[in-house]
Amino acid sequence: MFTAVGIPLEHVFILAGLLFLIGFTGVLVRRNVIFLLMSLEIMMNACGLAFVAAGARWAEADGQIMYMLVLSLAAAEVAVGLGLVLQLERRYRHLDIDAASELSG
Amino acid sequence: MEVVLFYIAASVALAATVQVISRTNATHALIYLIVSLLAIAVIFYLLGAPFAAALEVVIYAGAIMVLFVFVVMMLNLGESAVARERGWLNARMWIGPTILIFILLLELLYVLVGTPGSTSGVAVSPKAVGEALFGGYILAVELASILLLAALVGAYHLGRRYMGSRREEIG
Repeated sequence: MFTAVGIPLEHVFILAGLLFLIGFTGVLVRRNVIFLLMSLEIMMNACGLAFVAAGARWAEADGQIMYMLVLSLAAAEVAVGLGLVLQLERRYRHLDIDAASELSG
Repeated sequence: MEVVLFYIAASVALAATVQVISRTNATHALIYLIVSLLAIAVIFYLLGAPFAAALEVVIYAGAIMVLFVFVVMMLNLGESAVARERGWLNARMWIGPTILIFILLLELLYVLVGTPGSTSGVAVSPKAVGEALFGGYILAVELASILLLAALVGAYHLGRRYMGSRREEIG
């Protein structure tokens, strides 16, 4: 099995943090629901990367198991989220998240 | 030498992810997102997690991205949507939050660099992952299956076509 020995753990965490930051910035700046969902996927993927890196640090399987749980959470989230996208498109004819602000009164 | 591969893949992932949130065309953003996910799969492999790398390619870059592509094709976002997206992407409204986030990021980087460690370079085989998953984590597997069932029911409920007209009859 080919593995790179001695990747600095803090560098992997820095990468995960940067990816999470990019995803969070995407959630803040975009108003299209599809881009919001993509940004959420980026953020969850960054969390998974941190889990796998921590698992690789101690050569334990637990990190990969937590990654799989994050993966199933992402799959569930994207299924419900895309259903919401379809409903939004049917009701408002476009995908601006600010259009669905009826609950704010 | 192999550590260089990690930095190359990390650079690719970061560049592709920045492109994802700055594109105005949803299809182009999806392609960049797939590139980003594949780069992270390479990183998983280098970290000694081949099973996680396979899952990343099969489920994330395969199944979830196909769902996104389906919805983008169904909605058929045209030139007007691209123009509207461009209008929202002006810098004035998000420069403040970005500065505040960067302060937090600098703190995070300072803490991370101050606590050095190294990955073991020992690969965790899929067999070990499966044994742990269906051994001590069996309850988490059951919870994940309930979550997926709930998502299935929710997606079916949200996807029904007559939902909008029924709401109007009530209201």
